[in-house]
Amino acid sequence: MTTTALLLGTIAVLLAWPVPVFLARSRWPARSPGVALVLWQAIALSGGMSMIGSLLLYGLIPFGNALPQSLVALSVDLRAGTLPAGTSFTHVLALGAAILLVGHLMLNLLSTFVRAERQRRHHHTLIALLSDPLHGQPGMRVIDHPAPVAYCLPGAGNSATVLSNGLLRLLNADQVRAVIAHEQAHLTQQHHLVLLAFKSWHSALPWFPIANRAENAVALLVEMLADDRARRVVEDYTLARAIALVGFAQFGFSAPGGITTSSAAAESTTKADAAAHAAASASVGATPGHPADQVSPRVERLVNPTAPLPWTATAGALTVAVALLAGPAYILLGA
Amino acid sequence: MMDILWDSPSPLTANELKDALVKPAVSPAHAKPLATTTVLTVLSRLETKRFVTRDRSIRPHAYTAVMTRAEHTAGLMHEVLGQVPDRQAALARFIGTVSPQEAETLRQLLGVSSSDSA
Repeated sequence: MTTTALLLGTIAVLLAWPVPVFLARSRWPARSPGVALVLWQAIALSGGMSMIGSLLLYGLIPFGNALPQSLVALSVDLRAGTLPAGTSFTHVLALGAAILLVGHLMLNLLSTFVRAERQRRHHHTLIALLSDPLHGQPGMRVIDHPAPVAYCLPGAGNSATVLSNGLLRLLNADQVRAVIAHEQAHLTQQHHLVLLAFKSWHSALPWFPIANRAENAVALLVEMLADDRARRVVEDYTLARAIALVGFAQFGFSAPGGITTSSAAAESTTKADAAAHAAASASVGATPGHPADQVSPRVERLVNPTAPLPWTATAGALTVAVALLAGPAYILLGA
Repeated sequence: MMDILWDSPSPLTANELKDALVKPAVSPAHAKPLATTTVLTVLSRLETKRFVTRDRSIRPHAYTAVMTRAEHTAGLMHEVLGQVPDRQAALARFIGTVSPQEAETLRQLLGVSSSDSA
């Protein structure tokens, strides 16, 4: 069991540091965000499982040579209130750490979900009071605010996509369709669940540098997935322009003039736009500590499109994901 | 109900609210008349949620909205725009916060692509 504990510990360390750094730095996830998202989840789950497994196996060494046998021995000893001979302080420490880690991660996941659910319900109440339904579009609400904002609010049976008046004034009809398709993709693909899981992992282990990196990477991949859905509805450039216009509006300057040829006239800055820009820039200061560059990679892949990964690479990546989950589980159960 | 309270210049009693609710409705004659107790139930729920406050010094109690519609909207947008810490878990925005450097990158990206296509 000592060797298996060491093996799992090595896997845990690899998945905690070099592997996620490598994945976060590589450029292919922009080509196939779905595959990368699967890999991130596999890394997080496998890393957690290996870490807990290695602590557990090390702590159980004095109790027996195989996992089931030692667990039985542990429960017998717990009832008797004794420890087998050869149990050292570090064994007890490892056992305690494994149990604490499991409890901590589970409680954090639970509290993150409960808190998000409470916020969501509160937000739904406010939205119901303050916004109006968008004509002919079920689940769409329009809120009267000059800042150009679009977001979706997931919820069982009552999910809503909210657009602001400022956004409807800023974007043309095609761009609004792109935004709506993007937000609907978040809702149908249940992206909030993945985001919450990684958010909870980050808040459970705030000192763990990879958790922050993983949360940002996953947030970006989820946006790219939603962008890909919107690309089926509108031209890539329409979506890119919608993203840029909403992004620029935060600073009160409009998109660079003359970058489009025919549609530019229709989108010339109106008084309403100016008001929206002013209001948005007044209310949206630069948030310190906000992860940088979560928007430009999205635009980059729209203006310079690259082909998705070939099927061989996709199959390879998915095999790696399965191996990441099955490997530590096999080692742990076979120990 | 909140719409009526927001539009009213002065505090309203439950009875006044009931009349205001019935009046504009395109309710047909056979529609069930609204009971004042129903209005009071909704009002007390809104009071627990701190949307309305009641003046207990006069009888019948008069109700006012705690904040104006605009104040509620501003608070909501504050939340949406992520200025309240730890508030971004519940919703996903189309665009997160963009830094000035990133806005410049965006400008260059779109500028380059248009010169290519021109």
